[in-house]
Amino acid sequence: MPAHAKATARIVTANRLADGEVVWLGHNDVWVETIESARLLEDEAALEAGNAAAARAVAANRIVDVDVIDVTREGSAIVPVRLRERIRAAGPTFRKDLGKQSQRASDAA
Amino acid sequence: MYRYDEFDREFVDQRIAQFSDQVRRRLAGDLNEEQFKPLRLMNGVYLQLHAYMLRVCVPYGTLNSAQMRMLAHVARKYDRGYGHFTTRQNIQFNWPKLSDIPAILEDLASVEMHAIQTSGNCIRNTTADQFAGAAADEVADPRPYAEIIRQWSSLHPEFTFLPRKFKFAITGAPHDRAAIQVHDIGMQVVRGEDGGIGFKVYVGGGQGRTPMIAKLVREFLPEEDLLAYSEAILRVYNRYGRRDNKYKARIKILVHETGIEELRGDIEAEFEKIRHGVLQLPAEEVRRIEAYFQPPAFDPSANGARFEAKHAGDPAFAAWADRNVHPHKVAGHASVTISLKPIGGVPGDASADQMDAVADLAETFGFDELRVSHEQNLILPHVRLDDLDKVYAALVDLGLAEGNCGLITDIIACPGLDYCALANARSIPLAQEISNRFGSAARQREIGELKIKISGCINACGHHHVGHIGILGVEKKGEELYQLTLGGSADENTSIGSIVGRGFDGEKIIDAVETVVETYLKLRANDNETFLAAYRRVGDEPFKEALYGTA
Repeated sequence: MPAHAKATARIVTANRLADGEVVWLGHNDVWVETIESARLLEDEAALEAGNAAAARAVAANRIVDVDVIDVTREGSAIVPVRLRERIRAAGPTFRKDLGKQSQRASDAA
Repeated sequence: MYRYDEFDREFVDQRIAQFSDQVRRRLAGDLNEEQFKPLRLMNGVYLQLHAYMLRVCVPYGTLNSAQMRMLAHVARKYDRGYGHFTTRQNIQFNWPKLSDIPAILEDLASVEMHAIQTSGNCIRNTTADQFAGAAADEVADPRPYAEIIRQWSSLHPEFTFLPRKFKFAITGAPHDRAAIQVHDIGMQVVRGEDGGIGFKVYVGGGQGRTPMIAKLVREFLPEEDLLAYSEAILRVYNRYGRRDNKYKARIKILVHETGIEELRGDIEAEFEKIRHGVLQLPAEEVRRIEAYFQPPAFDPSANGARFEAKHAGDPAFAAWADRNVHPHKVAGHASVTISLKPIGGVPGDASADQMDAVADLAETFGFDELRVSHEQNLILPHVRLDDLDKVYAALVDLGLAEGNCGLITDIIACPGLDYCALANARSIPLAQEISNRFGSAARQREIGELKIKISGCINACGHHHVGHIGILGVEKKGEELYQLTLGGSADENTSIGSIVGRGFDGEKIIDAVETVVETYLKLRANDNETFLAAYRRVGDEPFKEALYGTA
């Protein structure tokens, strides 16, 4: 997918403070470890709620490095627009045994 | 090798206690990220794309087998079973938990290692020739001076908040293997007219978005003035270096904007004020530090007869030795480059098992010494020639026997967008593709010496500016785009490569590199004319034409 494809929604991402794990804001303001469980923010009200949830989690010292990123939906998948965020969601592109993708591979196995 | 004295030990222990408490307070919520970030950076802890990253200092690239085994232990216990050796002769772990870092630092301290000043706007690890103390062409071992600089610059109160980071590099040999002319301060150990040891001092080199070759600021600095002169340079930089713009804050910009003549005047004036003060190095203190770096007990009976026989009888061994074995100052011995660039591999990565095995080799055959090179390889600096075939056999079993030192597959690559929060494009996959494309033994050797260096952003950690062929990854309209530079070099004839033309996307860049290589092979004067020599002879044009046509 070309990286400049039009975004259809946004999601909130961060790293968990204690272990650095990449997380996304999910439903019920839970920070989830897989992008598939991220909560899509499709209008300004949803975005505002997402930002507020992130601010609370930062203040509670649970996450760091918050970013709101553009994503598209491909079927049931949520795909970040930028390569950087696709790599964060999966792991290093040359080692499928590292990062989130390794977990997915072992789940599928 | 240097051993901690009571001050070093206490300093490291105190710092671990201090930082462990800071981590505890951060996790407890008593410190926020704004307060904590500068503290973690002072201790080598970054937050990257996937996780935290811990950069551990390998002072001037020297370590022993116990230290290498500890790095393997850290990789296994706290990380994902591997580490990444860097162009600053350090090692990075890519997946540690913040909550584990106090324990990691304690484990490292048990073998006299730490992560202090591996980040932040302070004086970083002084890098050195990887063959220091061993090379046949060396005037003197530069590491005692690097160690003296380390002691002076560790927690130096005046230089803990510089305008920007500050990097020393030092070589003891006229052939520069430490890239000293692209460092903030570069030093070359030389002998003066009276035979005494001193330094040729360069200042203001660097890469990044504004690459600059260092200027020679002093032709000869007496040994006793090493610290006074360094302090004078740092003081002038600290006073006049720009703090208004992060991108103009390195000393290279000050040198460029002020001019070396005027700056030399400022430095010399400051130097005159302090040169006979507390920083004047007593000769006995230098000799005391030197004693830590005494060469091991070499084998006086080593003659290389077995090596000659093996070399004549085993073509694979000979091919490896011809590239990866370096002349030693003591007869019957050699330095060995253990390539961390297997064909298709990740430059600079080593698994915990490989680290352990290399530590075993150092212990068995290498007088317990190891080095990390800025070209991201490991070195056994001292090996008996007659043990080389055994070392080679062990390396074959480890998958580390590629005899590609200085060849096209011996690539420097930064972590790039696969790991790094600053990167705009990937570096490592490109290095792997180039390695696979040119990986046949015959083809690499036909091409000869050719250094490719790849950076995934303009910060140039992958040294692309000084690659014979340099590749810089940028982001353009959301896609990875790669710029090619030609003619860079980081030795005693340092040059900054020039951009050959418009960039190439990820699909085309490897073909473009191949076009450059094929063009070189066609135009070289003879088989011994290296890529760099040929480029310097013919310039850009033939390569431009081959890449872009004549239009």
